[in-house]
Order: sequence, then C-alpha cells, then structure tokens
Amino acid sequence: MSLNPEEVRRIAQLARLELSPQETGRIGDQLNGILTFVEQLQAVDTAGVTPMAHAIDVVQRLRTDVATEPDRRDAFQAIAPETGGGLYLVPKVIE
Amino acid sequence: MIQAGLKEISAALAEKKISAIELATLFLGRIEQLNPSLNAFITTDRDKTLAMARAADERRAKGERGPLLGIPLAHKDIFCTEGWLTTCGSKMLANFVSPYDAHVVSQFKAAGAVTLGKCNMDEFAMGSSNETSHFGPVKNPWDTSRVPGGSSGGSAAAVAACLTPAATGTDTGGSIRQPAALCGLTGLKPTYGVVSRYGMIAFASSLDQGGPMAKSAEDCALLLSGMAGFDERDSTSLQRKAEDYSRDLNKPLAGLRIGLPKEFFGAGMDDDVRAAVDAALDEYRKLGATTVEVSLPNSGLSVPAYYVIAPAEASSNLSRFDGVRYGHRAAVYGDLVDMYCKSRAGGFGEEVKRRILIGTYVLSHGYYDAYYLQAQKIRRLIATDFSEAFKKCDVIMGPTSPSVAFAFGAKGADPVQMYLADIYTIAVNLAGLPGMSIPCGFGNADMPVGLQIIGPWFAEAKMLNVAHQYQLVTDWHRRRPERGA
Repeated sequence: MSLNPEEVRRIAQLARLELSPQETGRIGDQLNGILTFVEQLQAVDTAGVTPMAHAIDVVQRLRTDVATEPDRRDAFQAIAPETGGGLYLVPKVIE
Repeated sequence: MIQAGLKEISAALAEKKISAIELATLFLGRIEQLNPSLNAFITTDRDKTLAMARAADERRAKGERGPLLGIPLAHKDIFCTEGWLTTCGSKMLANFVSPYDAHVVSQFKAAGAVTLGKCNMDEFAMGSSNETSHFGPVKNPWDTSRVPGGSSGGSAAAVAACLTPAATGTDTGGSIRQPAALCGLTGLKPTYGVVSRYGMIAFASSLDQGGPMAKSAEDCALLLSGMAGFDERDSTSLQRKAEDYSRDLNKPLAGLRIGLPKEFFGAGMDDDVRAAVDAALDEYRKLGATTVEVSLPNSGLSVPAYYVIAPAEASSNLSRFDGVRYGHRAAVYGDLVDMYCKSRAGGFGEEVKRRILIGTYVLSHGYYDAYYLQAQKIRRLIATDFSEAFKKCDVIMGPTSPSVAFAFGAKGADPVQMYLADIYTIAVNLAGLPGMSIPCGFGNADMPVGLQIIGPWFAEAKMLNVAHQYQLVTDWHRRRPERGA
C-alpha cells in the first residue's frame, strides 16, 4: 500500500508536525519506501506467537506511594521558553 | 598518557605519577587541537572539567582510592549532565542545559571520574553515520572523508583519536557496536536493564541501553562496573547483585563453543570484512575454542521489524518535545496546536521527522495490528532463535557491520540503505541480549573491521573474557590512526 499526500498530511497532523508542501512530497516518497520495506513482515506466519513488548520478561515493579522528589520548580522553569507566576505560558486555549 | 588505557592511567594516578588536573589539561589541549577537524565534541567546558579534576585530586589527597577517581571521560550528548548543555544532537535541544544528571553520569561522578565534554551524535540517536546531527557530521579519525558510524559516532571518534581515554555511548539498534567497529574500538551494549536509562534521552525505550566505548575489553569491563546497577528511577532497571565485570577476564578459553550463524556469513558481507572475521575465528581456534554452525532463521526480519517498533516508540517518546517546558519554541505561531506543529517542525531534522511519522502511522487506528503487533510477534521469533542457538554455543560471533566505514553521502537519499548498515546488530537489541564489537583487523582502504560477540542474557563478564583473551594475543585494538599518535 502507498500513502497519498492527503494521508501524509493527516499523519503529520496527528504527530503535530507542520510539513511544507515540498516536504510532504519528499518525505511522503521516503515513507512509502520504508513502508514497502517493512511490508515483508506481513508475509510471516505468526499464528499463536505471543507479541514481545519488552526485552526481558519481568513484572512491573511498584514503589510505595510517597513523595521522594524535592520541589525544583525554579530550576525546571529556568529553562522553559516562557513562564510567568510559576506557570508555563502557552497561547490561550479557553476563551 | 594520551595513548594509555584506563588501567594504566588509573595506576599512574594511584602512584601519583600524574594528577587528575594534569590529565584533564592534557586531554583538553588535545581536544582543542584536534576537535575542529573531527567535530567529535559538541560541548567542552574547561572550568567545569578542571573543577572536577581538582575535586578528584582533593579526594585522593584525603586518602580516597578507586579505579575511576580522576579518570577523564566523555559522555555522549544523550546523557543529561547537570549544568551542561545536553543537545542529543538536535536543534530541538540546542539550548537545553540539563537541570539533573543521568544515573550513569551520577555514578561516574560519585566514583570521581572527570567529564571532558559531551560528544556529538546522530540526532536523537537516529542514524548510523552521524550525518543527521544538527551540529554537523563527525569525521572518522582513520580517514576524515569517511563516516565514524553512528549514532555514538562522536564518542567513537573521540576515543579513536585519543581525545579521551574512553566514552559512554548508547545502543538502540547498533549505535555503540557499529561506530566502535568503524573506528577500531571495543564497545559493549549490555543486556537490556543492566544500565539505568534514567536521564538518557529516550529514543525507543524497549531497546535503548547505555554502555562503554574504550580501547580494550579490559577498559570496558572497568567502565561497565561503574555504569551498571539498579536504579529505581528506571522502571525497567533490573534488581540484580552488583557485578565485577573484570572478574573473568583472565580465564582461558579452552573449550569455548562459538556459534556462527549461517545467516551472518552469507551474501551481504563485504569480502574484506569476511577475511578479517575469518582470521579472527582462526585465532580463537588457536586459543582452544571450537566453532559450530548455528541458525537464526528470522534474523533477516530484524531490520524491518525494528523499523516498525523503534519508530513507534520514538513517536511516543518524542511527543514530549512540544515547545512548552524546555527546548525549541517557534518564534511565530498562532494557537496552541500551531505552536506545537511549528516548534516541532523547526526543532527536528528530517530523519527524526520521518521516524515520528512512520511511528505515528503504524500506531494509528486500523494499522496497529498489521504493523506494530505483527512486528512484536516477529520480535518474539527473533528472540527465540537466539535461545535455540545458545543451546549449542556459549557465544555467537560474526561481523559487526557489513562494510568498513563508508564515505559521507554514500548511502544517498534512500533511508532504507542506511538502515541496512545495522543488519547484524539490530536483532541483538530486539532480543535484549548483550553484544560487543572488538577490532579484528583492517579492510579496504586500511579501515578497521569489527568482530561482533553476542552472548546470552547477563553474559557480559564472559564476553569481556572472550574479548580480552583475543586482545592478549593480537594488537588490532592497540592500532591508532595517525592523528591519534
């Protein structure tokens, strides 16, 4: 199967990536090359095989529900693009 | 001291023949002299390095000992390093001064190692040639018209050219082993879960693993002992007893069974690589090892399976770069979604964008089962192949890379050609196994060739033993490029 420019734009929108029209064409071609390459996986019979999500089969470790991290808000906000009053600033989302 | 291994440097420090300050000054001078032509480092900071060296000397003066106290090291720029620029090779993080240390970095700090700087890499570790770095490609010190490999190419070039005695790297599909092979080094990717991923900027979390890159197996053993260890901040860090990875270095190899996967020795490997690998296997037979043919029937599917699984995980991991809390934010934007889209478009390079898009696609509604779930099932088949093979052998050997270092631009505009550079290394990550590359000769244009050693889970000490015994009877690992002399 092959992605058309409309599908490439839809995926880019899902990924929150703005693509220029030139990029949509060029990257679209490359994506189709990669998808053709991974297509060979479809031919493999995997009936009854358990998917392997992780390299090592271990049970998820849980920790006690206690605060362990110190408050380092100032250090973290010092590297933010825009802050104010201890908050991260973004364009208005609620009118 | 420029050429010395860690053991020798450690001994010189212990005998007070040299101080940590003198060592740091020596290597900083070398970086100043050679880095402009190699581009192996993104960041150096003389004041911070010398302060760490001074602290190490003070600790020693107070009676403290330890094999890493005062040892200069470089870190791949994927490891968060408090107070240092940590870019991950990306414009997205070009201004990111980390507010905390990765577990690996804090372990080395606690042991008294001295940070020389942060090494260049493919952007977000996505690449096999270092050509995707926002900070420009790293040059291979053996021939500056050729790539050093990737993604830990800066670490590899820095060690090969003796800008640092050793460095950290990370390996998601071959990113320690392939550059180690292409630059003539010893590099080790540990079993998944042995080294904490805390503070190691995530690419594909079920595959990423940090490890050492150095001049010998002996040095890698020393570094791994410092890097490994349980860390509760990484949910996949394994709770195991601390190991001394040097403990088995000197065991004889008589009786060692080496498995040779027939799939690794077929078409696809260049003749010069094959000749060097065959000669290394002869050397192992002389050391008392026997070789046995094994089969990894599904290994041919490892690259396509990887290019579903790794981009899927990457698309999820890299969603954190939104221009809100740190990193690049577009200068001009409209609403919030537009700010995300423009910041990410401006901050990521093209290979990263491709992988995010592939990952988003294979995880999207209607395609998940056909791509992602199927790839995970094939991952199981690949892992099972290894378990079967290890019933017949103690370690598996083969080439690390199908060719020696290639020229810049050689893989052209087709991403799949570049992906195939990792054809022998990727299966190891999918199975979570430990893998190494050691220098085993020279091929075309006198470029280094790497021998890959793969072990069962947690066989690092055994593999280091296997590598060290070879390095006792060969000197490939001691060869340095002219500019490293």
